[in-house]
Amino acid sequence: MKKAYIKAISYYLPKRVLSNEELLTLFPEWNSDKVAEKVGVQSRHLAAEGETPGDMAEKAARQLFYEHKIKPEEIDFVLLCTQSPDYFLPSTACILQDKLGLPTRCGAFDFNLGCSGCVYGLAVAKGLISAGIARNVLLLTAETYTKYLHPDDKSNRSIFGDGAAACLVSTSGVAEIGEFALGTDGSGADHLIIKTGAARSKRASGFADTDDDGHTRHDDYLYMNGTAIFNFTLEAVPSMIQDILKGNNLEQSQIDYYVFHQANKFMLTTIRKVCRLPKDKFYNNLQTTGNTVSSTIMIALKDCLDSHTISQGMHVMIAGFGVGLSYGGCILKF
Amino acid sequence: MTLNEFVAGVAEQFEDTDPAEIQPGTRYQELDEWSSLVAMTLVAFVKTEFNKSLSGKEIKDCNTIEELYNLISSK
Repeated sequence: MKKAYIKAISYYLPKRVLSNEELLTLFPEWNSDKVAEKVGVQSRHLAAEGETPGDMAEKAARQLFYEHKIKPEEIDFVLLCTQSPDYFLPSTACILQDKLGLPTRCGAFDFNLGCSGCVYGLAVAKGLISAGIARNVLLLTAETYTKYLHPDDKSNRSIFGDGAAACLVSTSGVAEIGEFALGTDGSGADHLIIKTGAARSKRASGFADTDDDGHTRHDDYLYMNGTAIFNFTLEAVPSMIQDILKGNNLEQSQIDYYVFHQANKFMLTTIRKVCRLPKDKFYNNLQTTGNTVSSTIMIALKDCLDSHTISQGMHVMIAGFGVGLSYGGCILKF
Repeated sequence: MTLNEFVAGVAEQFEDTDPAEIQPGTRYQELDEWSSLVAMTLVAFVKTEFNKSLSGKEIKDCNTIEELYNLISSK
């Protein structure tokens, strides 16, 4: 079986920045210092009015081509992870094949995942390369959750930011993609959901009630049961870490760095403590981006490579978890 | 963990509340500082110290810190 590698990573953040100070003017009763300290976000980027995740993925891909001198004609597969496609059909990835000038002999499809999406994308890309189906897979992640948030939803408005990432998975590169551990618990689907707009309930319902945490739950906007997601993560991640180690024949002491989905600072700190992972080997930084959903891991990896926090010879564990509910992780051998 | 140790642990989850204000009979959801964020730190505290999960509904349904302690002990 052929080995698969991450060859290059780039990302794109929209121009518009929403600071905590600006949020404070909308929610004067809000204790922004405390929230910033707990959640770990000072500012986040917002997509422009007509800017879709498809547009953002295109910009991330162009940045990748430019930054790493990659020719579009080398790409023979494009995968787009998003929960906000341009249309119900066709796949936004098909539109991107044309916009990016990729060869017509190029496979393309979207897949619908959130915070675990980057890991699943790497798994699919590795499968395509290992099986000899493709040689250069362009993996794109792009999300605009901020457009799904109710204007009064200050909790989620403080956490989420928009962004997109592009990664080239190839037959050679900077990090070999190791073995995966993936998992799903669809019984928790209601805990992170937008109920209307798709096939089940096409029309907006205007319905709202209050959940157990006292948060308003709107059918027509993104709803997240923070406590339930938190509990799911704390259940799923420790055993996933063991499965990843086992699958890769590694001991915990052999892991040089951990890059997990940057959900929020508080959740990451709790996961780190519950899993007893060393603080100095654990990435926790979403100060200026917020939680960009499927792009946090790629953004973090790129920043760690640029700052030499991650360097050649290191074993890095990545993991994503969230909407689905879905989780997944693997080892990257730099 | 004894009830007193649990109460002290819960007190640590509050940043601006005088620990003396937090007693076994304290109705925690009535404290000025109470918020969904504090509720989340309680979930994290219970997970790290007891390795047990606490749901948003359970936190809402209990009144006092002692009730919460008894609930966790019974899990």
